[in-house]
Amino acid sequence: MKKRIHKGILVGLALVLTGVLAACGSDSSGSSAAGTSGGAEGGTEGAKAIELLNVSYDPTRELYEQYNKAFAAHWLKEKGQEVTIKQSHGGSGKQSRSVIDGLDADVVTLALGYDIDAIEDKGLINEGWQDKYEHNSSPYTSTIVFLVRKGNPKGIKDWDDLIKGDTQVITPNPKTSGGARWNYLAAWGYALKHNNNDEEKAKEFVGELFKHAPVLDSGARGSTTTFVERGIGDVLLAWENEAFLSVKELGPDKFDIVVPSVSILAEPPVAIVDKNADKKGSRDVADAYLKYLYSEEGQTIAAENYYRPTLDSVEEKFKDQFPALELFTLKDVFGTWRDTQAKHFNDGGIFDQIYVPGS
Amino acid sequence: MSKVVVARRRTLPGFGLTMGYSVFYLSLVVLIPLAALLFNSTGLTWATMIEVATNPRVLASFKVSFLTAGAAALIDLVLGLLLAWVLVRYEFPGKRLFDAVIDLPFALPTAVAGVALTAIYAGNGWIGQFVEPLGIKLAYSQAGITLALMFIGIPFVVRTVQPVLEELEAEVEEAAATLGAGRWRIFRTILLPDLIPPLLTGFALAFARGIGEYGSVVFISGNMPMKTEIAPLLIMAKLEQFDYAGATAVALLLLLVSFILLLIINSLQRWSRKAGRA
Repeated sequence: MKKRIHKGILVGLALVLTGVLAACGSDSSGSSAAGTSGGAEGGTEGAKAIELLNVSYDPTRELYEQYNKAFAAHWLKEKGQEVTIKQSHGGSGKQSRSVIDGLDADVVTLALGYDIDAIEDKGLINEGWQDKYEHNSSPYTSTIVFLVRKGNPKGIKDWDDLIKGDTQVITPNPKTSGGARWNYLAAWGYALKHNNNDEEKAKEFVGELFKHAPVLDSGARGSTTTFVERGIGDVLLAWENEAFLSVKELGPDKFDIVVPSVSILAEPPVAIVDKNADKKGSRDVADAYLKYLYSEEGQTIAAENYYRPTLDSVEEKFKDQFPALELFTLKDVFGTWRDTQAKHFNDGGIFDQIYVPGS
Repeated sequence: MSKVVVARRRTLPGFGLTMGYSVFYLSLVVLIPLAALLFNSTGLTWATMIEVATNPRVLASFKVSFLTAGAAALIDLVLGLLLAWVLVRYEFPGKRLFDAVIDLPFALPTAVAGVALTAIYAGNGWIGQFVEPLGIKLAYSQAGITLALMFIGIPFVVRTVQPVLEELEAEVEEAAATLGAGRWRIFRTILLPDLIPPLLTGFALAFARGIGEYGSVVFISGNMPMKTEIAPLLIMAKLEQFDYAGATAVALLLLLVSFILLLIINSLQRWSRKAGRA
């Protein structure tokens, strides 16, 4: 009987092995096939249709739906080549992991430089990607503002008001949400500025801020739901574009946007995934795709989707939409994303220290 | 030699082949993914494991996960038995519909369940608005997590108990009644011994499901560190900082503790089955 079982297990293992081998085989042949066909498309025959995959984060869905159409038309007119752009959306960190694990993205347009750094670490993106395009490779920017209930019953005007009395602040968890990391850093930068760059004071302020948070959602859209639908909290820390969208979609009669005196310039960066683009032969069109984001048309589409444009002429046109405030960059106050992530958000970092038991 | 020949004669023919297929599919669906979990953690060292296992925040999240999953499975045990009892022993209009509804928590994406449950139990929700003034906080508390896990787990108990209840022969109960046994005694000495194994199975399934549940819980828990943060959320948080080794460490620890608990429940079940027959 024992022999029989052994035989059975052997048969099973053999089947598993062939299955795995078959899977590997089909996978490698599949990707090499894609590589050769991609090469042919991107090569001499410029007129052949080509496909791009843009891996992005959640709130850019509407922006890229619009932009992709505009770029495809532009490229067809310019080069006579048809290009279809596929979109993929999700949490920024999750999207970055998908690319690392083999999602065939030609370009990534994510919420944080850190998520692109992680792809660079795996050798898929060349070093120095952030200097490749203007403005730290961030064609459009945003900032962190406050969304409050209509009439602003708690009289919130600036960051200080968030930690007064029983004010409840809604923000996602910086450990799981890229947007929340911008919230945290905006508050930190404000506190530094108002305490002569005293780090301890800044830590105290941000710690106090998170003590006023009754809920930490895992993502930015979840926080918006908590604030808007569940009616929890007095103020929502949000991307400016998300705040605009909430007001537009849910009715200006319910919410007001409060712009603080100082906030962070949130720079969602873009990059070509070099290894994939070279393999697929899509480098030229991918490069043009990202560059066109800086054009008049690309910038106008970004502004229409409530992202702050970086091109002066478009900025001028939309200046009534975006209130002026003092903006500091991540580089100015915190340095690189790698350092910021390690110091503040990694395990044992300052955000974790805020939640040490007993504190 | 003759012994071997005897052992080869089995009730079902083709043991070797079926065993092969079983191992194949078990590997494909269960063993390989679990092995991948191990291999994916190329940086995983004992130091990481120990660091994770002693981190107060990880421990707090384990406490939340196991306590809420255990509480939910216990409540489901009682509720599930009642539901199965009603479904098997009584006839009423709409019974079929009622029976079909039991399975719906399986089909519903758990995130949708989480959003719906939060909408109901939050301070301005249908139920939350009446409960919150009494000082009971359902959403964004451990009670909320337990509610979500109860929803996810109830079909497991009902569906394991129901067929056993259906199989029970009414004659035995009738005989007991004619011999003068009261209702409680009949339940305790005749029904319960047969029901304990399926109840334990249902409990184990609901409990195991609850420990790993992520989608429905993240919405209703509020994810407050040290208070309502569940272990699967910490795994997500570690992945978000590209700490694959740390995430795997938490996952392995979670698997280990769950496996031990399930093993205990399993042996309890075997023991009770034996005790029931004796």
